[in-house]
Amino acid sequence: MTSGLLASLLRILALTRKELLAVLKDRRARLSLLIPPMVQALIFGYAATYDLNRVPYALLDEDHSAASRELAAGLDGTGVFERVADLARSTDMARSIDSGQALLVLHIGQDFQRQLLSGRSADVQVIADGRNSNTAGTAMGYVSGIISQFNAQWRTEHGERASAMQLIERAWFNPNLETRWYMIPGMIGTLTLIQTMMLTVMSVAREREEGTFDQLLVTPFRPHEIMVGKALPSMIVGLIQATGVLVIGQLWFRIPFAGSYLVLYAGLLLFLLAAVGMGLLLSAIAATMQQAMLYSMLFIMPFSLLSGFTTPLSAMPGALQDFTLINPLRFAIDITRRVYLEGAGFRLLLPDLWPLAIIAALTLAASSWVFRYRPQ
Amino acid sequence: MSPAAAKLARVRALIRKETRQMVRDPSSIAMGVVLPLILILLFGFGLSLDVRDVPIAVVLQDPSADAQGLTQAFQLSPYFHPQLLRSLAPAQQQLLAGRVDGIVDIPENFARRLAHGDAQVQLLVKGSDANRARIIESYVEGAVGDWSAQLAAEGRAGGAAAAFGPVNVQTRLWFNEADESRYFLVPGLLVLVMTLIGGLLTAMVMAREWERGTLESLFVTPVRSDEILIGKTLPYFLLALAGFVLCVLSAKFLFHVPLRGSLWVLSGVSMLYTLVALGIGLLISSAVKNQLVASQLVALTTFMPALMLSGFLFDLRSMPAAVRLITRVLPARYYVAVLQNVFLAGDVWSVLLPNALVLALMAVLLALASRAVTRKRLL
Repeated sequence: MTSGLLASLLRILALTRKELLAVLKDRRARLSLLIPPMVQALIFGYAATYDLNRVPYALLDEDHSAASRELAAGLDGTGVFERVADLARSTDMARSIDSGQALLVLHIGQDFQRQLLSGRSADVQVIADGRNSNTAGTAMGYVSGIISQFNAQWRTEHGERASAMQLIERAWFNPNLETRWYMIPGMIGTLTLIQTMMLTVMSVAREREEGTFDQLLVTPFRPHEIMVGKALPSMIVGLIQATGVLVIGQLWFRIPFAGSYLVLYAGLLLFLLAAVGMGLLLSAIAATMQQAMLYSMLFIMPFSLLSGFTTPLSAMPGALQDFTLINPLRFAIDITRRVYLEGAGFRLLLPDLWPLAIIAALTLAASSWVFRYRPQ
Repeated sequence: MSPAAAKLARVRALIRKETRQMVRDPSSIAMGVVLPLILILLFGFGLSLDVRDVPIAVVLQDPSADAQGLTQAFQLSPYFHPQLLRSLAPAQQQLLAGRVDGIVDIPENFARRLAHGDAQVQLLVKGSDANRARIIESYVEGAVGDWSAQLAAEGRAGGAAAAFGPVNVQTRLWFNEADESRYFLVPGLLVLVMTLIGGLLTAMVMAREWERGTLESLFVTPVRSDEILIGKTLPYFLLALAGFVLCVLSAKFLFHVPLRGSLWVLSGVSMLYTLVALGIGLLISSAVKNQLVASQLVALTTFMPALMLSGFLFDLRSMPAAVRLITRVLPARYYVAVLQNVFLAGDVWSVLLPNALVLALMAVLLALASRAVTRKRLL
C-alpha cells in the first residue's frame, strides 16, 4: 500500500519534471511566462487609476472680477487643473470640449462678484465631457471640493458664520483614497489567471494534437497522476507570477502590506488549484489547440472582467452576480485585496475560501472522469 | 492567362481553401460570432460603475427627533441601503466583514449641539475601493447637506447654509446627461471584443501551418507570400465583421446606447481596426511559428492592454509620460477615441480624422511586416 503510494508519488514527480522541462526548455516560452506579468504589473500599476492628476480645463470668465479670478486661481493652484484656454464667448465651449482639448469648462457669469457682495448666492456652471462619464464625475467632484473651500474662506473673510453642521470623513485601510492601492492587489490574481489557465489548457491540447497524449495514456500512469503532473507545473508558474506582482506592489509602488503571507498564499494556492482545475476540464473537452484557445478565452475574458477587478460586483444585476459564483478570480481578488489592505485573516475570508475549494474539487474530479472515459 | 488574372485565380483558390478549413472547424465560426455575442451580453449587463443601494450602517446614539430625521434622510435615499445600529462596535464588525461599505455615526449629543450650531456627524468609509469610497462620500455629503438645507428652510436653528454656499455649482455632463456609465462602457467593450476576436482568429493560422509543415508544401506551388496572406486574412475579416455587426446591433437595441455619429464612419473605421487586429495576430503567428507561444502572446498583447491602456476605463491624461508613450503604439487607443465620439458625440472630425489615419497607417505597416516574415524560406 505504502510502496504503491510511493511509486505513484515518484511517477507524479517524474511527470511534473518532464512537464516543467517542456514548458521551460524553450527560452522564448520561459520568458513569455515570467516576464509579462511583472512588466504588466509595472505599466498597469501606473495606468490603472481612477484618480486624476491632470485635468485640462477651459475658463469662461464673463465677470473679470477679483472674486472670479480668485476662484479660478483656486483651480490653478491645485496642480491638477491645467488651464488650456481662456474663452471669450459661450459658443466657444463646444469647440474646446468636442476636440477633447478640455475635460471641463468652468463658466463664471457676469454678475458673479456683485451677487456675492450683496450677500446673495452666485451660480457657476461646470460643463464636463461625458464621453467617459466616470472621469468627468471625478473631475466635477474635485471642482466641488475646491468651491467648498472657496465658500468657507469667503464666509470667514466676510464675517459670516461657518456652516452649522460638520461632516467629518475618514477612510479606513486606504487613508488617502488612492485607487492604485485597490488595483494592484487585484492584479495579483488577474494577471496570474490568464497565463496559468492558458498554459494548462494548451499543454494538454498540444499533446493531444501531436498524438503524444495517447502515448502517455498507455504508460503505467493513471489518469489522475497525469492530471496532477499537468496541474503542478502550471500552479508553480502561477505562484511565481503572483509573487512577482506582489513584489512590484510592495517594493516599487510601496503599498503597505497589512496582512499575513500565510493567509495570502493559502488563498492563492486554492485559487490556482481552482483555475488549473477549470483549465484541465476545458482541455479534456477540446480536441485541437484552436478549440482549446477558444474555450479558454471564452472563460478567461468574462472571468477577468466580471470579477470586481475594474468595476464593482455590487453594480451587477443579480443574475450575473450569481454567475460570478463559478469564477475563481472573483474570490481570489477579494482575498488578495482584503489580506493586502485590510489584514483580514482566515475567519473573515472563509466565505471566499470554501467556494474556491468546491470549484477545485468539482473541476478536478470532473476532468479526471473525462480523461478516463473520453472516447477518442 | 495574363499575370494579373493568374494572381487573382491563385488568391481565389487560396481563399476557397481557407474558407473550407474555417467552415469545417466550427471553433473559428464560434470565435467570430458566438464569442462576441456572449461577451457583449455579459459585459453590457455586467459592467457598471454606477453606485446605487450602498449598504451602510447608521449608528444612532442620540434618540432625539433631529437625529431620527437625519436617519430617515438616509432611509429614503435611493443611493443607500441603511442598517440601523445603536453603537459603533457592531458597525465596525460589519465593516470589517465586508457587509457594509460605510458607517454614518450620529453622536449622542447631536441634537443639543445642533441647537448651538456646531453639530458633528462622522462618516467612516471603507477606503479599499477608493473610487467607490469617494462616490459614497459625495452621496453622504449630499444627503446631509439636503437635510440641513431643509432645516434652514423650516427656519430652524442649526439649519445652515451648508448645502448652499455663497457659490453654488451647477454641473452639466455633455454627451451623457443621465450619467449612465453604460454609455461609455459599451462602446469600449466593442473595442475589447474586436481586439480579441481579431487577434485570436489569425493567431494560430500561420503558426499551425508552420508547425504542421504544410506551409512548406504551399511554398513549392506558384503562390506568392502576399497571396498567402491575403488568402489567410480575407475569410477571417468577413467573419470578424459579422461579429462586429452583432455587437453594434446589441449596443443599439439592447443597451440603448445612442449612436449620434454616422453609421458609415463607424463601419469604415471598424473595418480598418479589424484589419489591424487581424494583422497583429497574423504577424505574431508568422513570427513565432509556434501555436502555444503565439496564443499566449496574442492573449497578452491584445486583451489586457486594450482593457487597461486604451482610455476605455482609465483616463489617459493622468498616466505618466512613459506610460502614455506606450499607449501611443496601441491601436486600441485610437479605436476607443473614435468609438466614444461616434456613439456619444457625433462625427467630430477633428478627433476622427487623426485617429483613423493612425489606424490606416498601422494596418499598412502590419501588412508589410507580415509579408516580410512570411518570405518563402525554409526554417
